[in-house]
Amino acid sequence: MLGEGIIKGLAETARNFVGSYVDEDRLTTVQYPEERLPAQEAARNFPFLLFDGNDPHAGLRCVACQICERECPPQCIYIEKSKDKKPDYVGKPQFYPAVFDIDISVCMSCQICVEVCPFEAIKMDTEFELSNTDRFGGLLLDKHQLAKSNEYYHKIHPTEAAGVDSRLAADKAKVEAKARADAEAKARAAAAKATALPTLKAAPAPEA
Amino acid sequence: MNGDVATDTAGTVSGASLIPSPEGAGRPNYTLKPRTSEAGEIEGELLEVAMGPQHPSTHGVFRMDVALDGERVVKLKPVFGYLHRNHEKIAENTSYLGSMPYTDRLDYFCSLTNNWAYALAVEKLAGLQAPERAEYIRVITAELTRLVNHTCLIGFLLQDMGASGTPLMYAFREREKVLDLFESLTGARMMCNYMRFGGCRCDLPAGWLEQARRVVDQYPRFLDEFERLLSENEILVARTQGVGVLPGELAVNASITGPMLRAAGINYDIRKVDNYGIYDRFQFRVPLGEQGDTYDRYMIRLLEMRESIKILDQALRDIPPGPVMDPKAKIRGFRPKPGEAYGRIEAPKGELGFYLISDGGPNPYRYRVRPPSLINLTILEDLCLGHIVADVVVILGSVDIVLGEVDR
Repeated sequence: MLGEGIIKGLAETARNFVGSYVDEDRLTTVQYPEERLPAQEAARNFPFLLFDGNDPHAGLRCVACQICERECPPQCIYIEKSKDKKPDYVGKPQFYPAVFDIDISVCMSCQICVEVCPFEAIKMDTEFELSNTDRFGGLLLDKHQLAKSNEYYHKIHPTEAAGVDSRLAADKAKVEAKARADAEAKARAAAAKATALPTLKAAPAPEA
Repeated sequence: MNGDVATDTAGTVSGASLIPSPEGAGRPNYTLKPRTSEAGEIEGELLEVAMGPQHPSTHGVFRMDVALDGERVVKLKPVFGYLHRNHEKIAENTSYLGSMPYTDRLDYFCSLTNNWAYALAVEKLAGLQAPERAEYIRVITAELTRLVNHTCLIGFLLQDMGASGTPLMYAFREREKVLDLFESLTGARMMCNYMRFGGCRCDLPAGWLEQARRVVDQYPRFLDEFERLLSENEILVARTQGVGVLPGELAVNASITGPMLRAAGINYDIRKVDNYGIYDRFQFRVPLGEQGDTYDRYMIRLLEMRESIKILDQALRDIPPGPVMDPKAKIRGFRPKPGEAYGRIEAPKGELGFYLISDGGPNPYRYRVRPPSLINLTILEDLCLGHIVADVVVILGSVDIVLGEVDR
């Protein structure tokens, strides 16, 4: 019969329409600004800079090595290295970025900067409501706008952040253990020297 | 502002001298002559219509210069290039890894298969081997991509036919479920940037496989629904059967690949021919068409989706634990040895290949994409001749193009 296929199809449409009142699978619309879908943990949007502790300057992990600047495919990162140094999380003096800008109107959210960063200093944000009335200056984020705390990172990517923290803690423990072993070895050497050469007045005090 | 844009008979703008263009440059290579009846009376002229680049149903910025005799198409010239973004040259100037996010933007419906084809080419070049688990993840994501692509294609095809809304919305509803899976795995819905040379960027998050299994288990129900909605619909049948017939011989000669070729009855699927990745482990069939018309091209996609679900069932069942990256692979300072490689896969639209030449540097010396959309589009004129304008839109819809890939 001509028209049978159409009627069959319309029956399907009717089933979907009626079903949308009872079946959640068939009604997937979310009334966005009022209702929101839960954020996915892996979601990514634009990069931000991580800092430890409370001070965005003192705790900033970035050491201005400029690897991300070189690797960024659309080249949206601009870094200027500082003249002086500040201690990083293991206490080693490191450079820090005097200027760190990301033009998020150019950024394509590929997260290659995150992958190449050896210092776990740059991570992906999930913030997506970034509309701005200034299309040039408003979308060029500087160091102060980019710096976000480790607590915030834990809030948006809990699993990933825990992994990063344990890795950094392990690194720090290794560095501290090495420092301690070095100090001990030095002390032992100094003591041995002192016993081997008793004529000397005093061995130099081992560095702590 | 009198005479500002007035032209004189020689074709130059008054007040400015223009470089005379060569005769006929920029125009189709045919002449429009008045048609005469047998009695010698002039019946009318052929009408030249530029369909696009802003035509709502041309799937993006793509122009077809059509010459019409009444409503019949007598000549059609596809004009590409409006979305050219210099992908290949950019890739020759960025690191190997740096081109990976750009491949997402070729065929933006199928970013994961694009990633795979590029990763495969670089792996051949650098002698890397993805571990078992990564291969399974690649198959799973690629087949999910195929589901998304084919579902949406059918939605768009029906939209082009004038079924405004319903099939496309149903398709997008299902697509959203798969995109949620992609987001929880890769972090992005469409621009996934997930595969790496020698594996995948990260392992599956906890619970992802169960979630994927749920989506895959529900998919056949949706396909049944879609088929009941569309396949027997008299309007769809009338609009597609016998329209845009592609003979198998022409398809082979024009190096058409993918569902277009198989709808013409040629048994050629790179998953079977090349057995790239681990496709030799899965039981699946390659559906073939008989007529090569638009209806066959519609149907072949539905059948392929059912085969994809079979592959997904097997892959989700068999996926082993283990690492997802080759230990030899490195992110920074990646420099493959000098040489060349061609990696190709069966993307949802056809054979997607990446040809790379390395000179040992951090970026490829030559980078070339073989995009299925572009090559499938080259025979558009042969499909459209003799059909009416409304059919041109339907035929274009059934070719399944994405302009990001055609123009690159």
